[in-house]
Amino acid sequence: MTTAIPESILHPASLVNELKKNDVSHVVWLPDSETNFLYHMMMEEPTLDLVPVCREGETMAVAAGLWVGGAKPVVLIQNTGVFEAGDSIRGLCLDLNQPLVMLVGYRGWTRRGPTPDSAGRFIEHILHAWGINYYLVETDEDADRISVAFEECERLSRPVAVLIGTEFGS
Amino acid sequence: MINNTDAVRVIDSKREDAVLVPTMNAGNVRFGLPTVTSNQVLDLPISGAMGKASNVGLGIALAQPGRKVIVMDGDGSLLMNLGSLVTTSTKQPRNFYHFLFNNGVYAVTGGQPIPGSEGVTNWEEVARGAGYAAVFSFDNLEDFTTGIDEVLAAEGPVFVHLAVEPEIENTPVQFRQRPTRSAQQAYQEVTAALAADN
Ligand SMILES: Cc1ncc(C[n+]2csc(CCOP(=O)(O)OP(=O)(O)O)c2C)c(N)n1
Repeated sequence: MTTAIPESILHPASLVNELKKNDVSHVVWLPDSETNFLYHMMMEEPTLDLVPVCREGETMAVAAGLWVGGAKPVVLIQNTGVFEAGDSIRGLCLDLNQPLVMLVGYRGWTRRGPTPDSAGRFIEHILHAWGINYYLVETDEDADRISVAFEECERLSRPVAVLIGTEFGS
Repeated sequence: MINNTDAVRVIDSKREDAVLVPTMNAGNVRFGLPTVTSNQVLDLPISGAMGKASNVGLGIALAQPGRKVIVMDGDGSLLMNLGSLVTTSTKQPRNFYHFLFNNGVYAVTGGQPIPGSEGVTNWEEVARGAGYAAVFSFDNLEDFTTGIDEVLAAEGPVFVHLAVEPEIENTPVQFRQRPTRSAQQAYQEVTAALAADN
């Protein structure tokens, strides 16, 4: 008899708990299919203020302003959005040593075979090129890496990425 | 048309404890900031990410709702981030004042015309349509000097279209005068000043 191995999943609550634990005040974001469940939960969380933007390059800039004003933002975008936001990451996050956690939906990521989606193939190379460290989060067990990212970005005063390598379970 | 430095001076004269977020001609040390403003520790010039002054200003406005934030934008810069008008309107920050220094050109890069100049694009309608709460327009210094109080008394998000004279920069980049205050320094100073006031 074969026993089905229960699939490990990432619940939105794990991520929201991490944001609360790290005193996040604002989530500056543009949705992707990976974060839809998360959206509903963030909306219901009174300690989080959502700032929706029209393109991802805005997120780092709004976050920079929030940070200057004394708030504690995170950015939540898809990896496609990282490609879109290049000049903001360079000219704000990196040039200003912004201690920013960027939660990035890892579109195209899979452990189970080839990665045909170029969004998945290029993202880690881009982060390496910029010298931005990152942590992969795929399951609830990985979620505490988000706290590791917060600790690191504040200690080094640098942006740190968290790649969300799964769609959220409901 | 309004002289660039004059426009900066009028805004600065009424700023009180507002944060200024200028970019391009409006923030260039040779043309205006920081030399002509009165409170440099609350000036945050944006040079590193073209088009993002409005977003940085929005972030400060959301974090500091009790303080005015005055963005001084370029027309080419705003075109590069036109969606930011909608991003701002969505949050309806009452303390947000967005001045567009419309000179019709990319002045800093040598004066090439921007798309939509020559009367094609109507900025006031763009801002109104995006959802700004109040929209003003000035094309001469006298009216602007008289009107600035009404502008800053209005509830935001406020958009102010200024027809300004281009100050075209043709000096090769390596010979241009650089601001003495670095972007990093400006961020640190403004962050510290806002934290000290809280
Ligand atoms: C992403 C990006 N594209 C192009 C440039 C080159 N560039 C630097 S300043 C500038 C012109 C800015 O024009 P505008 O916002 O109208 O301000 P003005 O110079 O007229 O005051 C351009 C195109 C840049 N810095 N970044």
